[in-house]
Amino acid sequence: MSQAEKLKQGQFTNPETPGYVGFANLPNQVHRKSVKKGFEFTLMVVGESGLGKSTLINSLFLTDLYPERVIPGAAEKIERTVQIEASTVEIEERGVKLRLTVVDTPGYGDAINSQDCFSTIISYIDDQFERYLHDESGLNRRHIVDNRVHCCFYFISPLGHGLKPLDVQFMKAIHNKVNVVPVIAKADTLTLKERERLKRRILDEIDEHGIKIYHLPDAESDEDEDFKEQTRVLKTSIPFAVVGSNQQIEAKGKKVRGRLYPWGVVEVENPEHNDFLKLRTMLITHMQDLQEVTQDLHYENFRSERLKRGGRLSSHGYILPLSPAKGPEPEEVDKDIILQAKEAELRRMQEMIAKMQAQMQKQGDGDGDGQHM
Amino acid sequence: MSEIVPPEVRPKPAVPAKPTGISSVHGSQGSGVGGQGAGGGSSLLGYIGIDTIIEQMRKKTMKTGFDFNIMVVGTSGLGKSTLVNTLFKSQVSRRSTGWSRDEKIPRTVEIKAVSHVIEEGGVKMKLTVIDTPGFGDQINNENCWDPISKYINEQYEKFLKEEVNIARKKRIPDTRVHCCLYFISPTGHSLRQLDTEFMKNLSRMVNIIPVIAKSDTLTVEEKIEFKQRVRKELEISGIEFYPQKEFDEDMEDKSDNDKIREAMPFAVVGSDKEYQVNGKRVLGRKTPWGVVEVENPIHCEFAQLRDFLIRSHLQDLKEVTHNIHYETYRAKRLNDNGGLHPISTAPSGDTQESNL
Repeated sequence: MSQAEKLKQGQFTNPETPGYVGFANLPNQVHRKSVKKGFEFTLMVVGESGLGKSTLINSLFLTDLYPERVIPGAAEKIERTVQIEASTVEIEERGVKLRLTVVDTPGYGDAINSQDCFSTIISYIDDQFERYLHDESGLNRRHIVDNRVHCCFYFISPLGHGLKPLDVQFMKAIHNKVNVVPVIAKADTLTLKERERLKRRILDEIDEHGIKIYHLPDAESDEDEDFKEQTRVLKTSIPFAVVGSNQQIEAKGKKVRGRLYPWGVVEVENPEHNDFLKLRTMLITHMQDLQEVTQDLHYENFRSERLKRGGRLSSHGYILPLSPAKGPEPEEVDKDIILQAKEAELRRMQEMIAKMQAQMQKQGDGDGDGQHM
Repeated sequence: MSEIVPPEVRPKPAVPAKPTGISSVHGSQGSGVGGQGAGGGSSLLGYIGIDTIIEQMRKKTMKTGFDFNIMVVGTSGLGKSTLVNTLFKSQVSRRSTGWSRDEKIPRTVEIKAVSHVIEEGGVKMKLTVIDTPGFGDQINNENCWDPISKYINEQYEKFLKEEVNIARKKRIPDTRVHCCLYFISPTGHSLRQLDTEFMKNLSRMVNIIPVIAKSDTLTVEEKIEFKQRVRKELEISGIEFYPQKEFDEDMEDKSDNDKIREAMPFAVVGSDKEYQVNGKRVLGRKTPWGVVEVENPIHCEFAQLRDFLIRSHLQDLKEVTHNIHYETYRAKRLNDNGGLHPISTAPSGDTQESNL
């Protein structure tokens, strides 16, 4: 009896007692598996040329993604349309592997007429979704490569008074397809007051135009205070005003990464100088969340739109099988349409047969053979 | 019949020939000392006082004052208004008339001219700053310089009409654009397509001075590289910015102007706020990592631009505008219509006998 009482009192927490199952160990197993598998992350950078995008990416990941870069002159830029250049690099830190793909968009916003400069970018994003959809619905789903764009850093020029018309149009065109993180580039152009004013202005304009930028999720109530504070600080600093550099400069007796001016040194990793550290923290601690939002929100949006439009996949020509997770509406609609189409065809064929029969009967009467079909 | 001047030939500026061979005998005793000068200069037998004409001209100029019209062109946010205020050490830009920097970007390029009379050392100057908000800010910026070239030509037209009148005003009000400051964005890479297109189209009708705006975003090495690249691109595109090589009159001018051309485009920083640095009050921008001093030649080239624009070449800018750009326009106009009726105000379709 005493043992039963003990059980009733709920002594499950001690691993020695009977009743401990051990599935509390599950997160560790997941962690170990994913560390072995490695992570994939695709980051897209968009902005006019000369805003320091490449320098910032190199600074963020402490690597040189563009070793043989040639900067074209104005005359060469005339005939260029927007290109998409993806470079992949494998970074490993303490046993954790990250396969990082950076998608660059040279030529964006450079032409005199930038009317169509982002259709290439939008097609690229859609293509990645399409490819993933295709892989996901295929027969062999073991090695699906996730090339979907998880995050887009949009670089805003610090020289203007806020967002330019091109900025607004572009962000509105992609905010439903990818997580948009606005970044103020080359922030050492601005004094602190100017920076605050610009940030406020940009946030106002984002509100005004209904642009949906990526919002950091609030810290869970069971997280520690430091993390909650960090999240709060990050949230209030958007858009991040950053400075990038990989040059080592001597300042105050130690070597720092920064930019050397005749009037002082701008330190990249100094939070009083710019928001570089905050941007890096946000990217690293929320990498998982960025991937999730891409999967759960943007990809699902794309998928439902795509399936509503038409169930045929260009390379296979068959209709996607019903997926249990999704609601029945899109598939049923498809089935209805196809059913109706088949019925219409059937009817048409029946009419044709009836006509032919009638013709043959007439001929048969005329000839007098009286042959029946 | 008016003389038909082919528009391609740009006449040399009419500058009075420097006197040759006249030795200054100011203060010598009686007998003439100067020998025969080349080119027909004759020796003077005593002091006449011809050189006081300079003083007379100066007094006249001071009394009448003079006009200067400067146009600023560049995408929004490049610090154009601030730079002009810094150049003339007064609130002379569009900002002074209640324009707020939070205004929306206009949908087409507007031309806004603001005039102020500023005085220094007894000399009065009517300074007009012509701003061009909306330039280069749209998504499609094709031909966004059309309103600007239209404005420039309109000012030439106004002047021409006054000149051609039978009863002319004693002093024709000069609203022609003497100088156009073109602001290049400090990307550090190269010129943008918009920059080359604008300058190509307008360098033949107005004096263009390209400047690199907000240059405190470039380190010293980046600045040097960027300037070199920009200069090369300007050369390749055949853009003749002021001071144009073809109008250098003599060796002295040429060497002075060569030095300036080598240093252009000037990388400038503007500011109308003062800060305390090393015990002095200087104009500058205060950042957490230091104060950018506007008039410090190590920090930026603002002082060079100011000296060039105001202290040495102000009059030359006006002269080149009047003698060359305006004359080109005038020749083309007279050529096109076979002459202008002096009183009529309609310039087009006028085939009446010219009274010129």
